[in-house]
Amino acid sequence: MHAIEKILARAAGVPSVGAGEIVNCDVDLAGINDLYLQTVRSFREMGGVRVHAPDKVVMFLDHYAPASTIAQAENQKQFREFCREQGIDLLMDVDQGVCHQVLADKGLVRPGQVVVVTDSHTTTHGAFGAFGTGVGATDLAIILVTGKLWFRVPEIVRIRLEGKPRPGVYAKDVILHVIGRLKADYAVYKAVEFAGPTLRQFGVSERMALCNMTTEMGAKTSYIQPDDVTMAFLASRGCPPADVPTTDPDFRYAAEHVFDVSAIGPQLAAPFSVDNVSDLAAHAGKPVDQAFLGTCTGGRVEDLAVAAAILQGKHIHPGTRMLVVPASKAVFLEAMERGYVQALVAAGATFVTPGCAACLGTHEGLLASGERCISSSNRNFPGRMGHAKAEIFLASPAAVAASALEGRIADPAKYLA
Amino acid sequence: MQTTITGKAFVYGANVDTDQIYPGRFLDLTDPEDVARHAMEGADPLFASQCAPGDVVVAATNFGCGSSREHAVVTLKAAGVGAILAESFGRIFFRNAINLGLPAIVCPGVQEAVARGDVVSVDIAAGTVANKTTGATLTAQPLSDYVMNILRNGGIKPMIRKSLGL
Repeated sequence: MHAIEKILARAAGVPSVGAGEIVNCDVDLAGINDLYLQTVRSFREMGGVRVHAPDKVVMFLDHYAPASTIAQAENQKQFREFCREQGIDLLMDVDQGVCHQVLADKGLVRPGQVVVVTDSHTTTHGAFGAFGTGVGATDLAIILVTGKLWFRVPEIVRIRLEGKPRPGVYAKDVILHVIGRLKADYAVYKAVEFAGPTLRQFGVSERMALCNMTTEMGAKTSYIQPDDVTMAFLASRGCPPADVPTTDPDFRYAAEHVFDVSAIGPQLAAPFSVDNVSDLAAHAGKPVDQAFLGTCTGGRVEDLAVAAAILQGKHIHPGTRMLVVPASKAVFLEAMERGYVQALVAAGATFVTPGCAACLGTHEGLLASGERCISSSNRNFPGRMGHAKAEIFLASPAAVAASALEGRIADPAKYLA
Repeated sequence: MQTTITGKAFVYGANVDTDQIYPGRFLDLTDPEDVARHAMEGADPLFASQCAPGDVVVAATNFGCGSSREHAVVTLKAAGVGAILAESFGRIFFRNAINLGLPAIVCPGVQEAVARGDVVSVDIAAGTVANKTTGATLTAQPLSDYVMNILRNGGIKPMIRKSLGL
């Protein structure tokens, strides 16, 4: 069996599982975000009275942090009341940041867990050897009622990364390249594992970016076998050592792909699809109205660090605005301590409350018609960040910073000497 | 459960994401009538005013990719959509549709066999799709017993209530 199958078998209380089987699994960690008050409504509609295991539930007020409409404020108020009523102590209020980063920061996600959040980018937790998957409000409510949820055991594909990335090329470029080659529907209903020597050069932040964006290939979940890098990170977050499932040597993958990351330059996903990927060079020089640095994909300390290094002592282009959203409070605090916030604000950046911010087009930095944005986030669908006629180009945090500096889409390599 | 659904078709391409089905800026709405007003707004501004009860959405691959928002199903259901036929679905959208009792059927070749406004009839139990306007017939992929059981119960909420003895 694959490690993912062992996780599902353990959670279902059966000796083994195989692709295509439907299993009913105990959920170790269930997360709700503030977009979906329907979760609470569905809980009640199904006859829910007391939440099955309130200590396994985390409530995130992250997508509307802080509320910008009365409707959002009313929804958040009802969530806070629900947490009080149900004894859900893990309420991550509007100061805490994006759900996936908060789970990592607080050491709540561990290898071998089944992690289910009402957010499609829950694939992120494969970076810690967990089975992470996103669901809708009613599925999450089923967990609140029963503690369990059904899953179809996915086929598993392996993506092997080889070579050392060139200067100016990051995990974000690698995953954009992979999605550009394999396409947006390649992994629908499947699990995607990353393996290969390049992973040794990637820390937890980069691994989270890889796993996060498998959602944009349709993946159900993602996986990286935990190693000493993972275990050191978890130990630093106070997680006790645990048994880590491993894949049996005779396991057969549904497909395998090898990518030589030393062969690629900085990448860009052009509107209006995440698989519309080319070399950044193909769009270099296009004027940029907004540069967006943040989100569960590209708003970690490492991402703010590279942006600060590029913009230190300089000023962004007068025709461009730059928004910076630390993924979490912990990221924000560390970036302040390291002087990145000072450097970025002095360079002309606008800071926004840790959370999802403009990524999903609800508040805090929307785009007008005809505007162009370069973004370290994960989606460039029409209307995603504001007007349907605004353009979003997805790139690495370094490319976002270099483009803010030049006021046009720019290769970051020359600033990284 | 109504096993045969007949209505006029609204036809879309590949990778219609949930931001197009239901834009993020309306996610703070919670009442289905309010949610219905913005159905397909990002892909087809005429949809919400033209969709009648029992109409059918037809799409190419990966319909409903993107976010986990259940609003994307709520809006189509509240607008009157009786079934969705596609070459494939985004997996969270598929789960949400089945959970709320809206049949989401994988039907190879359907997007090319149907034009906007054609009258389409879907027999969910038999797994057949007929284009009444052109006479073409197609075979859908069968839904698993697990999924059919959810639909037969009228969605997962009544099913869970039943399992709790409510």
